[in-house]
Amino acid sequence: MNWSWEFFFTYMTNGLMVRGAWTTVWLSVVSMILGLGLGVLAAMMKMYGNRALRYIAEFYIWLFRGTPILIQLVIIYTGLPQIGIRLTVIESAILGLALNEGAYLAEIIRSGIMSVDKGQTDASRAIGMTWRQRMWLVILPQAARTIIPPLGNQFNGMLKTTSLASVISMEELMRSAQMLAQVEFRVLEAYTVAAVWYLALVSIWGMIQVRIEAHYEKPFGPAAAVSPDAKKQIEKAAGPAGTA
Amino acid sequence: MTAQDPQIARAGRSLGEPIVLIEGVEKTFGDNHVLKNVSLTVRQGEVVVICGRSGSGKSTLLRCIDHLETIDGGTIRAAGHLMGMREKNGKRVPLKDSEVAKQQRDLGMVFQSFNLFPHISVIDNITLGPVRIQKRPKSEARDEARALLARVGLPDKENAYPRQLSGGQQQRVAIARALAMKPKVMLFDEPTSALDPEMISEVLDVMVDLSRQGMTMIVVTHEMGFARAAADRVILMHDGSIVEEADPETFFTAPKSEHTRLFLSKILHH
Ligand SMILES: Nc1ncnc2c1ncn2[C@@H]1O[C@H](COP(=O)(O)OP(=O)(O)OP(=O)(O)O)[C@@H](O)[C@H]1O
Ligand SMILES: [Mg+2]
Repeated sequence: MNWSWEFFFTYMTNGLMVRGAWTTVWLSVVSMILGLGLGVLAAMMKMYGNRALRYIAEFYIWLFRGTPILIQLVIIYTGLPQIGIRLTVIESAILGLALNEGAYLAEIIRSGIMSVDKGQTDASRAIGMTWRQRMWLVILPQAARTIIPPLGNQFNGMLKTTSLASVISMEELMRSAQMLAQVEFRVLEAYTVAAVWYLALVSIWGMIQVRIEAHYEKPFGPAAAVSPDAKKQIEKAAGPAGTA
Repeated sequence: MTAQDPQIARAGRSLGEPIVLIEGVEKTFGDNHVLKNVSLTVRQGEVVVICGRSGSGKSTLLRCIDHLETIDGGTIRAAGHLMGMREKNGKRVPLKDSEVAKQQRDLGMVFQSFNLFPHISVIDNITLGPVRIQKRPKSEARDEARALLARVGLPDKENAYPRQLSGGQQQRVAIARALAMKPKVMLFDEPTSALDPEMISEVLDVMVDLSRQGMTMIVVTHEMGFARAAADRVILMHDGSIVEEADPETFFTAPKSEHTRLFLSKILHH
């Protein structure tokens, strides 16, 4: 058997792969949003909570950053039923990915908040903002500027990390490729197609990311004058972003 | 009219009831005793200038008045509030965050480093408080903001971002932002110290103007021209205490304290 372009192109548009790609996208988005919520919560608990809340946040971050996501997924889906907690494949995948992501995002968010000038807190308190108003109106919007680039890279990573959910039979891109590979044993074509799909998704995200970053940079000056294209060049030169 | 016309500024202002009452205030940072039994009364419409060498506690005193720092002893009443505290069966209990915030709305503060919100435009900086905190109608707040911008001499800057403005312009926006909350007292912490010399007077002029309109002001500054022009009283702080308190004339020509003489000789011959 040799490389067949025919199989490659048929697989590219195969319904199984297209559905898999769609699953990868929504699974990434949902897990990222939930992870962001968990990350903000954990960061807040760690920075502003009492001792108990601080310890809980630190334990959570330590636990999920200290163990492989693969083990987390397997424990959630195949381990927890043993103690009576039964989750569907989709629930387990989202929960595992979100919990894992939240632990990483917590640290990113925390350093973003700490990067906001202390004078901003003084100024917002001086005009009479409560803690909550200060957070929402002044601190977090400014922290966003530092948080958003690494956040974008995390999402890039998330798109690829979802492939690990294939081990608990979540039918995303990787799993689709596995199933397709077993039909005609066109293993190389099937996985290459999956790889090309990942590349396409990550590249599209890259384009969106540049625009989001430019939007948040706008108030802050000369950096905003750098065109999205120039910025992409700089980022390309800096090497591939994200980790899986 | 500039900050150098003393008579014009003070003419015709009459002082009202005490509006800031500071009694026996103590403040320590670790084992650094920064404010030592500080007492001071400021009346409505009065302009008090505070000076003193670096580290004497001037900023800390202002920050305590606005409850940006909590005091370790004594009491501060400002704009009708017992700052940061509530009296309950004769005992004092600390207020919670949202109640402190309410008190702070009646005091305006201007910082040496401006501290404008860099992520929003000039007009949004000014309307953020009125709209999001005082929940006033947006159109009304914007009209008022425009009037304030005109008053500080920046009618054409409403859509600029802070970083597009010079230091003097940023500080004038910061003054407008504080005024938008309609404070009863304005606190200024070295508002011109971070400015290039040519921008100092544009900020001082706004402050002189404000004092003429009857605003109660406590101003930490080393701009002696402003003190002569606008102050009703000048105070010298030394090592956490108030060591001199006099009208500008007496302060500059016949100070009682040795510290004041030393301070004046340094500031006038440097
Ligand atoms: N947040 C803080 N934590 C610890 N020490 C502080 C803090 N703020 C001020 N201090 C100390 O308190 C003392 C008085 O400081 P403060 O800023 O009130 O002086 P100042 O008179 O305003 O001086 P300057 O003219 O330099 O602004 C200084 O010794 C300073 O180091
Ligand atoms: Mg100071």
